[in-house]
Amino acid sequence: MYPSAFDYSAPGSLEEALATLAELGDEGRVLAGGQSLIPMMKLRLAAPGHLVDINRVDELAHISESNGHLAVGALARHADVASSEAVSRHNHTVASAAPWVSDPLVRNRGTLCGSVAHCDPEGDWNSVMLAVGASVVARSSSGERVIPITDFVVDFFTNSLDPGEMVTEVRIPAYQGPAGGAYLKLERKVGDYATVGVATHLVLDGSGNVAEAGLGLTAVYGHNLKVTEAEEMMAGQTPGPELFAEAAAIAASACDPDDNVRGPAEYKRAVVAEYTRRGFAQALALARGEG
Amino acid sequence: MTTVHEPRTSPEVGGIGHSVRRKEDDRFIRGAGNYLDDLNLPGMLHMAILRSPVAHARINSIDSSAAMEIEGVLAVITGEALAAHGLAWMPTLSGDTQAVLATDKVRFQGQEVAVVIATDPYIAHDALSHIDVDYEELEAITTPQQSLATSTLIRDEKEGQTDNVAYTWEAGDQDSTDAAFAAAAKVVSLDTHYPRSHPAPLETCGVVADVNSITGQATIYMTSQAPHAIRTVFALVAGLPEEKIRIVTQDIGGGFGNKVPVYPGYVVATAASLLIGKPVKWIESRTENLISTGFARDFHMHAELALDGDNRITAMRAGILSDQGAFFSDAQPTQFRAGLFHICTGSYDFPAAHVTAQGAYTNKAPGGVAYRCSFRVTEASYLIERLVDNAAHEVGVDPADFRAQNFIREDQFPYLSPTGFVYDSGNYHGAMDKAKEMIGYDGWRARQAEQNADPDATKLIGIGVASFTEVVGAGPSRQYDILGLKMFDSAELRIHPTGKAILKLGVQTQGQGHETTFAQIVAEELGIPYSDIKVMYGDTDNTPYGLGTYASRSTPVGGAATAVVSRKIRAKAQKLAAHLLEAAEEDLDWEPGKFTVKGTDQSVTIQEVAFAAYTNHPVGMEAGLEGVTYYDPPNMTYPFGTYIVVVEVDTGDGTWKVLEMVAVDDCGVRINPMIVDGQIAGGLTEGFAKANMQWITFDDDGNCIGSNFMDYLVPTAWETPRYQLGETVTPSPHHPIGAKGVGESATVGSPAAFTNAVIDALWSRGVSNIDMPVLPHRVWGALNGVEVSP
Repeated sequence: MYPSAFDYSAPGSLEEALATLAELGDEGRVLAGGQSLIPMMKLRLAAPGHLVDINRVDELAHISESNGHLAVGALARHADVASSEAVSRHNHTVASAAPWVSDPLVRNRGTLCGSVAHCDPEGDWNSVMLAVGASVVARSSSGERVIPITDFVVDFFTNSLDPGEMVTEVRIPAYQGPAGGAYLKLERKVGDYATVGVATHLVLDGSGNVAEAGLGLTAVYGHNLKVTEAEEMMAGQTPGPELFAEAAAIAASACDPDDNVRGPAEYKRAVVAEYTRRGFAQALALARGEG
Repeated sequence: MTTVHEPRTSPEVGGIGHSVRRKEDDRFIRGAGNYLDDLNLPGMLHMAILRSPVAHARINSIDSSAAMEIEGVLAVITGEALAAHGLAWMPTLSGDTQAVLATDKVRFQGQEVAVVIATDPYIAHDALSHIDVDYEELEAITTPQQSLATSTLIRDEKEGQTDNVAYTWEAGDQDSTDAAFAAAAKVVSLDTHYPRSHPAPLETCGVVADVNSITGQATIYMTSQAPHAIRTVFALVAGLPEEKIRIVTQDIGGGFGNKVPVYPGYVVATAASLLIGKPVKWIESRTENLISTGFARDFHMHAELALDGDNRITAMRAGILSDQGAFFSDAQPTQFRAGLFHICTGSYDFPAAHVTAQGAYTNKAPGGVAYRCSFRVTEASYLIERLVDNAAHEVGVDPADFRAQNFIREDQFPYLSPTGFVYDSGNYHGAMDKAKEMIGYDGWRARQAEQNADPDATKLIGIGVASFTEVVGAGPSRQYDILGLKMFDSAELRIHPTGKAILKLGVQTQGQGHETTFAQIVAEELGIPYSDIKVMYGDTDNTPYGLGTYASRSTPVGGAATAVVSRKIRAKAQKLAAHLLEAAEEDLDWEPGKFTVKGTDQSVTIQEVAFAAYTNHPVGMEAGLEGVTYYDPPNMTYPFGTYIVVVEVDTGDGTWKVLEMVAVDDCGVRINPMIVDGQIAGGLTEGFAKANMQWITFDDDGNCIGSNFMDYLVPTAWETPRYQLGETVTPSPHHPIGAKGVGESATVGSPAAFTNAVIDALWSRGVSNIDMPVLPHRVWGALNGVEVSP
């Protein structure tokens, strides 16, 4: 496992990192946890000319809650997210997904922002972000912009960052009231990519009806898939098994899984439906304080 | 006999029955192991292999000029260059030939096409992409069924080969079997595929070849389970004088059968070192290991059982189609073309069996190694244990009861099986009874009946039983050889003047703990503390000839040699003791470590005797205290056991999890019970892996799926079930210390227990078979009547 030759720099501040990226343009790739990038380089599936290692940029390691959202910095590891009290208090879907990301070794190094930026359709985080309506903070030497996750995820391994731009933070809605969520993942073993992953998210209104529903699917489409049709259908409805079954049917027909060693498409659709039902049931229980 | 062995020696001496800590672990856990890639010789060059990206193609041309221009590249070697030296092809362990570097065609994805020799491994790997190979793609044959049906000849270069059949073979008696089936009250049949798997040792294969161009001395450092045999193969293949070949193995990070064969990389690196006059290192990547080195299993099996009206088995029929890949290179004894698959009558007493086997060439990697298995015993055990379970379900008898009714009884040993094996000893009912008691079998059956009775139940309980019998310890020289080399093994023991000892073995540890267990055998026989005995192996200049370690043969053969050579030394020690004590030899009593004159308190220790052997030996006796034994086992040994697994199947997504598992093993006398438990736990985990998640498969174009650990799944502690281990002890009557070998029992016996458990859960829903790995989508497909592939 010998990667192609590459250059390397390790800036000590965000400013320096952004200046380096601006200089490098297309040649530059940000290295945070390296849990996807390094294996791809070792397999020679990726051959970036220059790695900009941000591990010394301590200011990016934050997980904080303010202004109604959780801010997860570009150096916050999956393990930090999994153990964050703020996350477990304010967003059940994210809290539920964190322990499902790969294995403990990867979680100790890999970062949520890196995974979001990677846009691997088999990655877990973007389904969660699509379900809960997160946004991505992108910085470059010329400024900052906040990109809704629906605009950020473009396609298979493709995001909407410009050359010289990097993700510095992901912003996740923080819920105070009756909200709940879950991430259910079918994997063959710890550390495996999902065969199917389903992120569900529910907010209830004062009368107990659905104020907001979120549904994101992993590994069953060319990119992580937000099932908008199901989300819209559920709004204002009474939550329960019938509504969830209806959402499950929409999800199963919205996805377009491949036949592969993880199973045929028909099976994956069935699991999407099953996990959508189970996920919303769990989300509802949490939103009602029964979870 | 089913009692646990009580140690005869003190814990300090640490003979048989003591769970002493492993002597080798100090260096392993402190990061001071010495593996092949740790070796760096002055001036050493590095080799990288260019492999075929396609499964089947004609090679029109290879242009290596651009690669040669890269600074640091010393040579690019192709098949054409090797052919000039007669080295483009080499013999396999099954009497076939295998390409070292492809000349005419490539026949599997990952096949070796060319190598780069460079001053640095990065340069060598960079240069690979600058070799231009013109492939003309041909139809890929990816299944043995397709192979036998097509007119495309995979081995068109092989003289006399007119079809894609690699071998045919049979065992047992057809006439008596047919007669039993004609008279049967019921016939139960099963078709199943034991999928291709890979041993995937943590350390991949590799070599450092150091050929001295002046002296002609070839020192080959490598990761081999059979260094002596490799030396002889090198002498025969390369025409090098055998006294100038020295094979050195350092610490080996797991073998599991993967490190038995000779791989093309070894041959090319040696040739390159000879050509260039410098040491050449080649270390495989994980992907290279998984896609090109010895796979295991890949048996398509059909079998039938004949039953009489009382549910007694009267006969078995089995027909095998094996997928050999592009070259027939099973590592197995010469006389047995399908290994010891004909042990497939298992633990059951019936008079007639007939086994036929055929191997087909396909455009897949060659291999057929005995992955933690005694030459296809794993496939055999899986087949009979699946078949017996289905038979029990079909006749409506509890699977444990059905087995007990058909077991070979304790008083029938030695037992001649219908395919010609003589089982040495066993107590199958004892192991079954113990396993049932440990797991609370009847309680689980009651819970299952209650839970599964609900037609809407989404969680179904299944209870799987497997009562395997293995045949290990190859083997008696009248039947067992590899390339003509008889399968004896050896031990050389020298006792130093201060009573310390050095034991040299022909077998080869790969992590099994030989440095401890073999010292314990000497400790048992001579009373010298195990910690005073250094165990050496794996340097062919300095150890006696042996066939190596695989097929659970170390303890049955090498362990026996160790006990016998210790006894030879004890006989001489007795003469020395008689001399020291001024008594007649026959007047001495022996207890481990001490000779005493009968009826007195006059005694000498083994250490005093050893000192006398060099300082005070009697006139007329040779000085020294050492010996060597080459042990030819009179029979194989037959470990056995019963495993019971309880699973819960989720009908919604098809996943299943183990709720409880009990493994009762009988491997005869246990030398180091802790190491035995470790072997069993590891083996159970490998069995679980195969049943639950692990296989190598291919797409229609012959692309290997399972080429890294993202696709070839190895369970972690997270997935691994908790095991409860139990034991019974039925010594082997012909082995000097009654031991049978245990390295592979759990890998052999457990896969069927897991599969049987899932089928047991689903039987009432109309499911009678799911092939391994029993993946969630296969379970879901079986439950919902949906055809799923793969």
